Amino acid sequence: MKEWVDGLVEGSSLLQSLPIEVSYFLAMVFFSLVAVGWMAICALFFVWLERKVSARIQSRLGPVYVGGRFGWAQTPADALKLLMKEDLVPESADRLLFNIAPAIAFMATLLTFVAIPIGNGLVIADLDIGIFFILAVSSLGVIGIIMGGWASNSKWSLYGGMRAASQIVSYEIPVALSLIGVVMIAGTLNLVEIGRGQAGGIWNWYLFKSPFLFAAGIVYFIAALAEVNRTPFDLPEAESELVSGYNTEYSGMKFAFFFLAEFANLFVISAVAVVMFLGAWNSFLPWQILPGPIWFLGKVFFLVLVIMWLRWTLPRLRVDQLMHTCWKVLIPISMVLLIGVGVQMWLFPGN
Amino acid sequence: MEFHFATVLVFLLIGVGFVAFTLLLSKIMRPFAPGAEKASIYECGERPTGSPWIKFNIRFYVVALIFVVFDVEVVLLYPWASIYREMGLISFVYLLIFLVSLVEALAYVWKKGDLEWVRPQVRREEVDARIPKPDRPDRIVVRGGQP
Repeated sequence: MKEWVDGLVEGSSLLQSLPIEVSYFLAMVFFSLVAVGWMAICALFFVWLERKVSARIQSRLGPVYVGGRFGWAQTPADALKLLMKEDLVPESADRLLFNIAPAIAFMATLLTFVAIPIGNGLVIADLDIGIFFILAVSSLGVIGIIMGGWASNSKWSLYGGMRAASQIVSYEIPVALSLIGVVMIAGTLNLVEIGRGQAGGIWNWYLFKSPFLFAAGIVYFIAALAEVNRTPFDLPEAESELVSGYNTEYSGMKFAFFFLAEFANLFVISAVAVVMFLGAWNSFLPWQILPGPIWFLGKVFFLVLVIMWLRWTLPRLRVDQLMHTCWKVLIPISMVLLIGVGVQMWLFPGN
Repeated sequence: MEFHFATVLVFLLIGVGFVAFTLLLSKIMRPFAPGAEKASIYECGERPTGSPWIKFNIRFYVVALIFVVFDVEVVLLYPWASIYREMGLISFVYLLIFLVSLVEALAYVWKKGDLEWVRPQVRREEVDARIPKPDRPDRIVVRGGQP
């Protein structure tokens, strides 16, 4: 982005008369607004897609009327409805925490969008610690969830929040461990560099680079599903047991923030999977046929579709099965995979 | 690099502004009609009983403690992983030492049973209730009930 702004300033006499910091600042604000809008559009699109996909899987039609064809305006209409809904705060709730909890959950998801590259160099903040930043920031979302669950002063919310706490923090470990293998091979934490390292055909994608990384990709996908509370791991908001989990007492726009964060998280975990394992913006052929962002978004939307397909196919786990899967299956496996990648790199240093 | 982190800061502020703006917009547009029923918490339509802010199951704290240990491990492993290629064999030995100490901790916790979410501790109370056994156990005998 910096080079782009520099180029723009070179060609414009108006911008040259201003201090360079002003141009930088304006560019930052502009791209931040674009990213915020992109996140909102993504989340609304995914809500619509989920309704359509679930409807088709269950032999229904889903939204068809609003907006003419395909019910495409259903989710913007719902967002508008949520905007105009009365905001109820329980009398016995902890008001301050209750009010800031959705903002924290939303911000944690939003901040990850700043570091996700959608094309070769097409990233808002090209951080050297890219993947580490995404992991660190996205794990802050659980604080909002626990806070909302506790501050509601409702039993359902508290159970949901507590479950979310134990589930999300547990599954963070396999997520992080399974990504370390890729970092070892790529030798960098920068997401753009990691993406560039996978150019030149499907056999260069890190998923197919080594059998250990293939297994690590699967571990990542399972653990990431649990980290963003998707079925089969959606225990924090299991509607058949906990009414609505941590957001039982929320209504109006505050509920919408939790909801948006949840659906935008789908984009984040799919994007991380695509960048780390599935060749980022590179095509599966040795030459790039279409522009990078099309490949990237195509892969991401395919993964999102798989996640939705899983949701409407698999039943929900029990809490003890959930903890068993994490601590006794995924974490030992991902440690073994880590050692495996290390041994492989040591035995075949050129590859 | 300062440029990129400054971008993150600007993005953070824009995000906070977006949240504040949306909440403000919602505040202008939404109705306000408080009521006693609306202000009570949801408990399936029943009148709420007791406070939910209770002492909670200790298991959640145990999980959080184990998590802290493993998360520190992850924080240490990321910088290590990014320079693994240059470091060569010695850093692999370092990884093994590090992982062995962690696996040891995991094995200890596993052995102790703290990874079991449900720890069955069934204790059958032997109650010496002097109830005469019914003559025919396949039929429930109700004494003193309504005919």
